[in-house]
Amino acid sequence: MRRALWVLAVLLSHWRRHKMQFATLLVGLIAATALWSGVQAINQQARTAYDRAAATFGGARTAMLVAPDAATFPQELYVKLRRAGWPVSPTLEGRVQVNGRSLRLLGIEPVTLPVEIGNAPRLGASDLSSFVAPPGQTLVAPETLSDLQEAEGASVPISNGAKLPPLRVLPHLAPGVLVVDIGVAQRLLNKPDQVSRLLIGQPKSKPAALASVVGDQLQRVEPTAETELERLTDSFHLNLTAFGLLSFFVGLFIVNSAVGLAFEQRLPMLRTLRACGASARLVNTVLVVELVALALVAGLIGLVCGYFIAAVLLSDVAASLRGLYGAQIPGQLSLRPEWWFAGIGISIAGALVAATTSLIKAIRMPVLTTAQPRAWQQRQRRWLVLQSLAACAVFAVGLLLLGYGQSLIAGFGLLAALMLGAALILPALLELLLLAGQRAARRPLALWFWADSRQQLSGLSLALMALLLALAVNVGVSTMVETFSRTFLGWLDGRLAADVYINASDNGQGVAIRNWLKERSDVQAVLSGGRADTQVQGQPVELLGLPDHALYRERWPLLEAAPQAWTRLVPGNAAFISEQLSRRLNVRIGDVIEVPAPGGNWELDIVGIYADYGNPKGQLTVNVAALIRQFPQTPQTRIGLIVAKENIPGLIGALQKQFALDDRSVADQATVKAESIRIFNRTFAVTSALNAFTLGVAGIALFTSLLTLANSRLPQLAPLWAIGITRPHLAAIELTKTLSVALFTALLAVPLGLLVAWCLIAIVNVKAFGWRLPFHIFPLQLVELVAVALVASMLAALLPVIRLARMQPANLVKVFANER
Amino acid sequence: MLNIKNLSKTYSSAGEPVHVLRGVDLDLRAGERVALTGESGSGKSTLLHLIAGLDAADGGTIRLEDIEVTALSDAGRARLRRNRIGLVFQQFNLIPSLSVADNLAFQARIAERHDAAWTKELVERLGLGTLLKRYPEQLSGGQQQRVAIGRALAIKPSLLLADEPTGNLDEATAENVLALTRDLVTRTGCGFLMVTHSLHLAATLDRHLTLHAGRIA
Repeated sequence: MRRALWVLAVLLSHWRRHKMQFATLLVGLIAATALWSGVQAINQQARTAYDRAAATFGGARTAMLVAPDAATFPQELYVKLRRAGWPVSPTLEGRVQVNGRSLRLLGIEPVTLPVEIGNAPRLGASDLSSFVAPPGQTLVAPETLSDLQEAEGASVPISNGAKLPPLRVLPHLAPGVLVVDIGVAQRLLNKPDQVSRLLIGQPKSKPAALASVVGDQLQRVEPTAETELERLTDSFHLNLTAFGLLSFFVGLFIVNSAVGLAFEQRLPMLRTLRACGASARLVNTVLVVELVALALVAGLIGLVCGYFIAAVLLSDVAASLRGLYGAQIPGQLSLRPEWWFAGIGISIAGALVAATTSLIKAIRMPVLTTAQPRAWQQRQRRWLVLQSLAACAVFAVGLLLLGYGQSLIAGFGLLAALMLGAALILPALLELLLLAGQRAARRPLALWFWADSRQQLSGLSLALMALLLALAVNVGVSTMVETFSRTFLGWLDGRLAADVYINASDNGQGVAIRNWLKERSDVQAVLSGGRADTQVQGQPVELLGLPDHALYRERWPLLEAAPQAWTRLVPGNAAFISEQLSRRLNVRIGDVIEVPAPGGNWELDIVGIYADYGNPKGQLTVNVAALIRQFPQTPQTRIGLIVAKENIPGLIGALQKQFALDDRSVADQATVKAESIRIFNRTFAVTSALNAFTLGVAGIALFTSLLTLANSRLPQLAPLWAIGITRPHLAAIELTKTLSVALFTALLAVPLGLLVAWCLIAIVNVKAFGWRLPFHIFPLQLVELVAVALVASMLAALLPVIRLARMQPANLVKVFANER
Repeated sequence: MLNIKNLSKTYSSAGEPVHVLRGVDLDLRAGERVALTGESGSGKSTLLHLIAGLDAADGGTIRLEDIEVTALSDAGRARLRRNRIGLVFQQFNLIPSLSVADNLAFQARIAERHDAAWTKELVERLGLGTLLKRYPEQLSGGQQQRVAIGRALAIKPSLLLADEPTGNLDEATAENVLALTRDLVTRTGCGFLMVTHSLHLAATLDRHLTLHAGRIA
């Protein structure tokens, strides 16, 4: 043991004398762990929130009975089933407005609620009477209570004037949900004797067949491991994970470079250790122990950094998920022990992977190994050939995925293959370029420039690969975001056709507002819309009713349309379909789809396809009058107004005064647009932040590689200095070399990045969200990124170059004195 | 103390076998100081490496005291080196990240045979007292070689092997270093086998052997 400790002390003494190298290794490990665990922390936080939502008194994780073609059904069916021995419990669900916020109201029947369902056990028997007996209780999550800015025990009014039972916090309840007794819910939602679904508990004996009790009025829905929300948000989290993984690998490039260099520098030390009698097994074991110990320390620091990264990004991610999917993620980060263990594990595993080649070299190293530069060069050449062959194989896999892959995972697989293949082939391409330069060179210094660049390539190639990947991702993601931004803004201009939007609290207020508006001369047109929810082929679908008005014909953007599409919409037997729903249902123009409606199936000819960015649900647009005919329960609370610009503030003020509407219930187009753009920007704020992190880490990788290489460059540079090339001249040559290879890498990253953008736009986005954007190239952005890469490379090269320029001649003389 | 019989070693170079040692026989008594000379490529260093267990022989036996070196595993050879053999190389092979004091004590510490009084005596005899806190890169060649000799003798080895220890030193420094080594070898009573090109230095030891065409001439 003492022997091992002495060997460890000797190995560690290397770092004491090479502090910068030690810092590099730690920075690499910390960056890799921090970015990966930061992203994982965010994903875990979101998944915990989904679990809470799913576990709320029987979400999608509970088997249930629902009406096949209606949102609710009579309570009488529940009574029949209980009598027939079915262990069912009724729930009623709807939305209410509280303090200007729209919240989900969930009515439960706690006595029959199966104990194995969600939060039921937490509602203990002692609390049962206060929950059921008047005035009852409204159970809320701590986050919801704080969002409502209310205290526990408060009885809060909802928009129709009725009051909720006193609020009571139930920890672990999903945010954004109000849980009340089902009787209270029926009263508040004005749905007497109605039930949304029946949760099924564990039967004690075999109950009667469902059909024999309720016929075909109810159907059984089996529990799903993955909720609708999880399915919808999968792609978002996959995106984040992909970024985290990329940053992790870029971090590992730094570790690999630092460990590789440390190994090369410690070779004589290892040989001396062996010559002094330390066995190969002991030295190798201690090498691994040293690496694991370093990874442990760096992993812990990385986890703390990852926690802060997650905490900083969480608010943006939560806003994105709320904006895109309506998912409620608490803004407070809470992490499970698994996260810490996984973070440490990934740090150690990453360090071992990054150090594999060096460790294998150390394990196989014969004790009498001497320097064989030529043999080493030939090994490098063989390695280049193998790497290029591997790149071709990876590209072939990518082509297969492009041709035959159908899933989102295949899309990401294609992206990974593209980037991995490009990274693998980069050193070979650079080698060819530098070889061509060497062959074309005539003057001796130029010849040396190219030949020496080739020799330096192996030491720099990992850092250049990291730079290539980081730049390509930057080009790809920036192009995609910019394309999305422009398309989204253009689309928003068309979609937000009305000048003022009103959301009445109920139909009564809606009628009153419409009547009031008729008397106003400043209102040019009143556009009443409506929305209803249904299911088509098992997919949740939103029905959007639009009035027949010239404004929509002029401005509502359609991607594809049948002749006279708008005219065909008016009678009520035709619909436009959102792009994502058309892809999910595989529906084209001219197809017919059947929509389940209370009065029977509603057949709709598809006459147009439109973009509906940011909507997780599929949508069908129909004539509003037809929608109300088919779905009489459709709330007629949405009103759009055409108003001259100068009259908008006055009209909004008058509406607020007359109908006590708050800012959420009446807004002008500019406000709605600004809110949409704000959500859009926050959605991509995370992407931009991770983009910048990745580029930063790649910059560090290049810097550390150059810095560490600089130490072993003296034997190459000293002879040139000796024959009369000044140190500043040598420094300038070194800088030019770095900038040349960085420029070539950056130029290669541009087409690669555009390919990445194409994959994101044409494959990943389509699979993930269901919409396809037009592909645009933004040349100025590309020039900017190349310039950033060159500046980053110059900054990375500056310190080693300045050191060289200022190096004392004595240090260069030492090369010849064999005393280094 | 050291007994070598019919030792052979063949390397492969560019696909061709090179017979470096072709049946070397050698005996060395405790306290005896022997110089080994021979032209370049004659197998001097190879012989030294085989005795130290740095490399494995193809045939023949090496016996150091009661141990048959050629029968040992890699771990056994490492144990032998650690405890009984001191090695000095032309390139000094000091650990650049350790101070002179730590380099001196290094092998003795991993052999768990550190003797503070003996180390102190070595420091004094080798004239390293003022250099203990320095690092190898801050020393001259002669100083570095003195540290390397001190490290090798710190374990009080049975056998000290030196592979051209003065090859990187000027004549005066070389003589000085060798004189110190001879004294210390006498003080410890260990066997000493030195590979050298210098016939002048070889003449200063008890016995002079020449290796020619893979055999002791």
